Amino acid sequence: MKFLGYKRPDGRVGIRNHVLILSTVGCAAEVARQVAEGLNGAVSFINQNGCGETEKNLKRTRDVLVGMIANPNVYGAIAIGLGCEINQMGDFLKLVRERTNKPVEYLLIQEEGGSINTIAKATRLAQRMIIEASTCKREECDISNLILGVECGGSDATSGLVANPVMGLVSDKLIAMGATSMFSETVEMIGAEHLLAKRAVTPELGQRILQIVHAREEEQIAVGEDIRKTQPSPGNRAGGITTLEEKSLGCIHKGGHTPVMEFVDYAQEPTKKGLVLMDTPCYDLVSVTAKAAGGCQLIVFTTGRGNTVGNPVVPVMKVTANGMTYRHMEDNHDMDLSGVLDGKLSLEEQADIVLAEILRILEGKMTKAEVLKFGYSETVISRACEYC
Amino acid sequence: MESQFNAILIDPRDNVATVIKELAKGEKVVFLKEGIPVELVTTGVPIYHKVAICDIARGSFIYKYGEVIGIATGDIKKGMHVHTHNIRSASQFEEGSDDR
Repeated sequence: MKFLGYKRPDGRVGIRNHVLILSTVGCAAEVARQVAEGLNGAVSFINQNGCGETEKNLKRTRDVLVGMIANPNVYGAIAIGLGCEINQMGDFLKLVRERTNKPVEYLLIQEEGGSINTIAKATRLAQRMIIEASTCKREECDISNLILGVECGGSDATSGLVANPVMGLVSDKLIAMGATSMFSETVEMIGAEHLLAKRAVTPELGQRILQIVHAREEEQIAVGEDIRKTQPSPGNRAGGITTLEEKSLGCIHKGGHTPVMEFVDYAQEPTKKGLVLMDTPCYDLVSVTAKAAGGCQLIVFTTGRGNTVGNPVVPVMKVTANGMTYRHMEDNHDMDLSGVLDGKLSLEEQADIVLAEILRILEGKMTKAEVLKFGYSETVISRACEYC
Repeated sequence: MESQFNAILIDPRDNVATVIKELAKGEKVVFLKEGIPVELVTTGVPIYHKVAICDIARGSFIYKYGEVIGIATGDIKKGMHVHTHNIRSASQFEEGSDDR
């Protein structure tokens, strides 16, 4: 299957053509915001990190910031720092260049002589870059260039019954055509990790799946949360979920049935095609951010209760099989899958409809979160010990 | 609105379906299996709970999502409600018995 996308100089394929105004440290965040706000074609997000960080946290910050620049939906970036921060611009740009050769300009507020000078210069640089970007034309690209992120949040009974199974079928179909589908949120794999491990493409990967999931479980136990003892919750049981593996499968089923090819670390880009897992916390904003940094061009987000999340560089297509939620929060959700619950459509038929809509979004149809310019404030970087 | 189906079989390998409306004893469960409608009579099942679509012997695996979600702790007849009273987690059993 082919779609019209933007071919980048580093070989990746984008579905959007943004110029990213990036603050490499919190001290430059307001400058970056003011630059982006005045420009048509620029995106940005709040980054409050980049200084005063432990080594582990600095790595996470850099992995996300580098990944956001490298995301194929970004034509180029203007990186703005302060000057004296731990996340030194020179080191940061080296990491960027290891990932991508796309256009990147940088400024340091201490060198430019204050915020106003930096805003003026960054605006001029960005204006030029946006005009260059606007001359890019969409070209025919193979669907195998796609890394689809699948995410769930604000789940209810309809999520495990319809929305996630539909996305599982969509994942299977895309993977059969050579694409990649990625899901994450390691804590939600607890109870079904043995099933995922059996689907690993090699015994070593199976061991890695078990190790990562058990490490996350140990972290939970260390803070007093034993998921195997507390889940499924009494509310889950009343709602028809009997066992922990059933609950976890309801979540991970959105990745479909194909073999697991790889389990990448937080915010890392997959090196394999097919079904890929990423080790992330289950806080949606952190997980969506990590997938964007890992190179997903599109994220489909399944929900039951309703959700608002967007991302500055990646369209987040939100779907729900709860018809009431869809009607109640229609401005946040792109598709209503409740036809399956009304007995009008099979899961398979619904999956074909979702796949057709995904193709339209790949080729430029805007998601509701994009139109609302959501994502600026919802980009959250994982902190050591902070998010489960 | 009158629905054609009142249960969902998520994967053709499954031996339980999930009902999408409350069904009383003697009511028909109707779902699609690989595009073909299947009917059976239930002993009663709450909304979003599972119903056995065939007889399941004690000690057999329960399949949903095409995967094992539990093990039968007693004989389960076709049409019966499947929940904590007649199945339990199979993860320990699987890990203990799996000699891969």
